[in-house]
Amino acid sequence: MAAVTSEPDPAALSTPVGPPALLVERLAFAYPDGHQALYGLDLRVEPGERVAVLGPNGAGKTTLVLHLNGVLTAGAGRIEVAGLPVTRANLREIRRRVGIVFQDPDDQLFMPTVGEDVAFGPANFGLSGDALTARVREALAAVGMTEHIDRSPLHLSGGQRRRVALATVLACDPEIVVLDEPSANLEPVARRELVEVLLALDRTTLMVTHDLPYALQLCPRSILIDDGVVIADAPTRDLLADTDLLAAHRLELPYGFRLD
Amino acid sequence: MSNVLYREGTSPVHRLPAQVKIVCALLGVICVVATPRTEFWAFGIYLLVLAGIWALASVPVGHVAKRAVIEVPFVVIALVMPFLGSGDRFTFLGLSLSEQGALAGWNILAKGTLGVLTSLTLAATTTPRELIVGLQRLRTPSVLTTIATLMLRYLEVIAAETKRMRIARISRGHDPRFLWQVGATARGIGALFVRSYERGERVHLAMVSRGWTGRLPDHGAAAAPGTWLVGLLPVLAAAGVLGAAVWLP
Repeated sequence: MAAVTSEPDPAALSTPVGPPALLVERLAFAYPDGHQALYGLDLRVEPGERVAVLGPNGAGKTTLVLHLNGVLTAGAGRIEVAGLPVTRANLREIRRRVGIVFQDPDDQLFMPTVGEDVAFGPANFGLSGDALTARVREALAAVGMTEHIDRSPLHLSGGQRRRVALATVLACDPEIVVLDEPSANLEPVARRELVEVLLALDRTTLMVTHDLPYALQLCPRSILIDDGVVIADAPTRDLLADTDLLAAHRLELPYGFRLD
Repeated sequence: MSNVLYREGTSPVHRLPAQVKIVCALLGVICVVATPRTEFWAFGIYLLVLAGIWALASVPVGHVAKRAVIEVPFVVIALVMPFLGSGDRFTFLGLSLSEQGALAGWNILAKGTLGVLTSLTLAATTTPRELIVGLQRLRTPSVLTTIATLMLRYLEVIAAETKRMRIARISRGHDPRFLWQVGATARGIGALFVRSYERGERVHLAMVSRGWTGRLPDHGAAAAPGTWLVGLLPVLAAAGVLGAAVWLP
């Protein structure tokens, strides 16, 4: 029998106890017009991780996102959210577990007031009365928008709308937050404020973007998708340092930006 | 929301739950429509009831009158009818008019005007949002209230989109004041339709992602029986007038 060492086994440490927050295996999908968007994509995200999904336009990023909550149904492959497979029977619970923040807040915010919009999701998932009110307040407080609860989303700034859109998803208490291009159309201050909110959330996050500095700021790990498959999966800094890899997939760091 | 019909206020009429006001307006209009057209005095009393509500809600007559202009096309039809009707004729200001036609015209004019005034009174004292909540409480099919909610929300988004597209056109030297450039405007409307349609799809997707199954969460509260009774007082008055008009000799 081998002597017991005080050194812990690194493999045992990194092996998680529960199921992964998100598991995607050999996911393939073709649109009805025949365009094959995903060719056997694999992805595993552990609870608490923040992962950036990078890739050029048309790489299949948005298609992947729409699979995660069952809006699109996979042609082949398997998806599990915190151990629950994405199937028609589980759709309701899956949509609670996966909170998608869409690219244009105007698509997401459709109720007359901020408070009603944030209440929309949790009310659909069965919350009502004081529990619903508490959940709405909690979600708005998390994004620093509590004082705007009675305003129309139409009268908010771009950054504020983005944060309310995030609150509408947080109110559903999701296992994983999926952000589609969160930094699009944001002024620098609003970008930074959103980073602060997202870092403070401390939730499993999947961020789809081609804003590489934003990925570096928010996500320790990145995956690069192109032509419907995962090309690279690495710490964000290492991935962004590989200029040749980025160039091969129509990505590049903004002018004047340096990794040091 | 900027609204041309609603008039800010805190009167008892404003505070009345929307569902009571909707039922009141609907029943009131039914009373008006059911009144025989020759009972001229009845229509006068209906107008007095409306005027009483305006006074209570402090809505100036001008506010309602200005917006009642929407009725003008129907007024024109009503005015033409005495000339076109058949049957017995009488002479008024040297013109030969049909008695049946004149009565039919009066019928349209009186009932139409009272109907428009009732709707405007409802709209002046109830916000569009309250109206939808009221309709929800009255068990209107949820598809209809959902469509109305989305329309309220996206009307302004689409209006803003239209404005941006117009500015982009003008910036490229387009001058929509000239009639022969109407083609570009029409194509603009086409593009706007496609964009609105695509947005509709994205909004639907975002709603489904948050667990939407076809019903909007119900807000608003039930009205107490007493509130209903007080709110429906104008209808009771109108029903009294109707009864008198129908049964009194």
